[in-house]
Amino acid sequence: MMSKLDEFRLQTREWLNENCPAAMRIPYRSEADLCWGGRNPEFSSEDQKLWLTRMAERGWTVPTWPTEYGGGGLDREHTKILAEEMAHIHARPPLESFGISMLGPALMKFGNEALKQEHLPRIARGEIRWAQGYSEPNAGSDLASLQARATDNGDHYLLNGSKIWTSYGDKGDWMFCIVRTDPEARKHEGISFVLFDMATPGVSTKPIRLISGNSPFTETFFDNVRIEKNQIVGDVNRGWTVAKYLLTHEREMIGGTGLLNAGADSLSSIAVTNMGTAGGALRDPMLRADIARFEIDEMCLGLTVERTRDEVKAGASLGATSSIFKYYGTELNMRRYELLMAIHGSAALDWDGGEESDGRLPKTWLRSKGNSIEGGTSEIQLNIVAKRILGLPG
Amino acid sequence: MTLVLNEEQQILKAAAHDFLQSKAPVSHLRELRDGGADAGYSPQLWKEIAEMGWAAILVPEEYGGLGYGYMGLGIVLEQCGRTLTPSPLLASALTGVTALLRAGSKEQCASILPAVATGDHLFALAVDDTAYHRPQKCLTTVRKTDDGFVLSGTKTAVIDGSSADTLIVSARTADSGDISLFLVAGNAPGVDVHGVKALDTHRMATVRFDDVALDQDALLGEFGAGLSPLDAILDAARIGQSAELLGIAQEAFERTMEYLKQRKQFGVPIGSFQGLQHRAAIMFGEIEMCKSAVLHALKALDDEQENIAEIASLTKAKLCETTHTVTTEGIQMHGGIGMTDEYEIGFFLKRCKILETLYGDRYFHLDRFATLRAY
Repeated sequence: MMSKLDEFRLQTREWLNENCPAAMRIPYRSEADLCWGGRNPEFSSEDQKLWLTRMAERGWTVPTWPTEYGGGGLDREHTKILAEEMAHIHARPPLESFGISMLGPALMKFGNEALKQEHLPRIARGEIRWAQGYSEPNAGSDLASLQARATDNGDHYLLNGSKIWTSYGDKGDWMFCIVRTDPEARKHEGISFVLFDMATPGVSTKPIRLISGNSPFTETFFDNVRIEKNQIVGDVNRGWTVAKYLLTHEREMIGGTGLLNAGADSLSSIAVTNMGTAGGALRDPMLRADIARFEIDEMCLGLTVERTRDEVKAGASLGATSSIFKYYGTELNMRRYELLMAIHGSAALDWDGGEESDGRLPKTWLRSKGNSIEGGTSEIQLNIVAKRILGLPG
Repeated sequence: MTLVLNEEQQILKAAAHDFLQSKAPVSHLRELRDGGADAGYSPQLWKEIAEMGWAAILVPEEYGGLGYGYMGLGIVLEQCGRTLTPSPLLASALTGVTALLRAGSKEQCASILPAVATGDHLFALAVDDTAYHRPQKCLTTVRKTDDGFVLSGTKTAVIDGSSADTLIVSARTADSGDISLFLVAGNAPGVDVHGVKALDTHRMATVRFDDVALDQDALLGEFGAGLSPLDAILDAARIGQSAELLGIAQEAFERTMEYLKQRKQFGVPIGSFQGLQHRAAIMFGEIEMCKSAVLHALKALDDEQENIAEIASLTKAKLCETTHTVTTEGIQMHGGIGMTDEYEIGFFLKRCKILETLYGDRYFHLDRFATLRAY
């Protein structure tokens, strides 16, 4: 007799086969292939739109969320099967979303029922694109010293100040934002976690051009922006707790970038193709050794993520472990791009107009330099490990 | 595949920890060293270890063992790494038993393994002919005779060679260059075992084979086809070494963290300095990676995974690198006291160096890993 799980696997396989468009089963070629949804969605194809709609209808953009909030209501085992079946046909994720990866878990834990009902289903359906308002010009690693000020104005707050490093700030529909609601309190204790529509009068953004030539971040300015009092997540002046919780999810996500390349060609095979071998070994023995070290570390990280999942399943808590993943994953990703640059030699130096390259590699290499800065610098991650896990003083 | 210990394995881990911490802490190693123990380990302790059943972990039940697999033995070896306990566990109970199970006939297994399981019979692997680990470039030679074989050559760095009842020896046929494996009694005529005290107080031996005459039944596996089982034997040994290295890394790291919290300079604990905190945090992360690699490798041995060679080289390379860093940093972070013989942290560096070097160091295994992955 077939078990319930096997039955689910068969049904899922069948459904995916019928509903995942062929164009959604090939790897990403560029950023444009990512689907972010939102109020004014930019679909690169009809197939992309169709895939999002179909997956959202089943709640499979967020398979683990409860169905009442637009999720799939799947437990761990069923979610794993869904992921395996999607990987099997190389199906792309239907939706990229900070709402899913960052705000959702925080809202689920700290939001009241009304907020959950209002926002979670729209996140699940990809109808609202969320932006993160965390860093400020003078609050980077020392995030809690933020100055954006929300003053009580009777039935609402008025927000003034600015944020920086807002990912895709110019494309965001709503923002989750940490603001100072009590300037007299100690710095961690006067912060609130608020939500507002970025179309509200007084919100403006300005793109920041990076060394990679792209502008994935903005500065975001607030001039008497109205925030409704019912849009505070958690208690007033207790937003730091929510912010920190969300950060652990963000770090887990960024740490995953070290593993995102898991399905891609291995560094060694790229090196063999580009550089050739002599007597079966890569022509450059020093580079060969560095590639071997990299591949070993990459596999060890993969195994450690797997082990941590197994431990969580067995009842352990995640917590500070995400700091190791953030540090290790981003350092690995940066090593990967350094090695790719070396493997491609001068062919990796074209910015544009080159015969074979559109400058994607050098641009991505440059972009990777931000991995160890965004979401908490490597140094901050190491501080957290030293103090919270190792219990070192000071 | 799940990378957490089950309840039974947790119990074994706790039992091994308790036994070794009480019977054979690092001070036990120091006593052996200062007492000049001939075997490099305490025969009395080995008896007790055998009574715990650890020599029988890998031996199948049909040969009087527990059949508990590599994960079980690896758990114990990891704890031995924490206490630096010298014993023939790695050489005999893991490497020797693996050799018999991989290449031995039923008769060979039945005649020796029961005594190995009780700890009464000891193996040692004699594989290297020079100061460098190059198992495929064997110099010891074998020639066939009418009623058996004749073995000539010299093996170096034979772990626990002087206490072994049976040596497992690799030898090359002069004309073809093919490698075969043999079981040779440690006291056979023409066998000269010269024990050497290694820098970690364990014993290694140089073994000379001076036209040693062997019977047909001394052959382990097929004649001329010994390289493949030898690889498998060595890979199991390397993973066992990695488990022990993991214990060493964890213990050296924990002791160092304790010291960083206690030792005060400039009026504060030195562990409050960021220059030390970041190095500590990086080492913590690396040790987490090592835990996963070792669990995965032990499990792969038990599951008889095909790509075990790649997994063994990955694991040994990673453990060599991390444990080397952690034991070296252990000295540095202890400062002057770390350089003294009186303090125990230096013992971890010494044991680490032995395990790092034998059966392939990190350079050997990086090269092998890349070769196995065709680059």
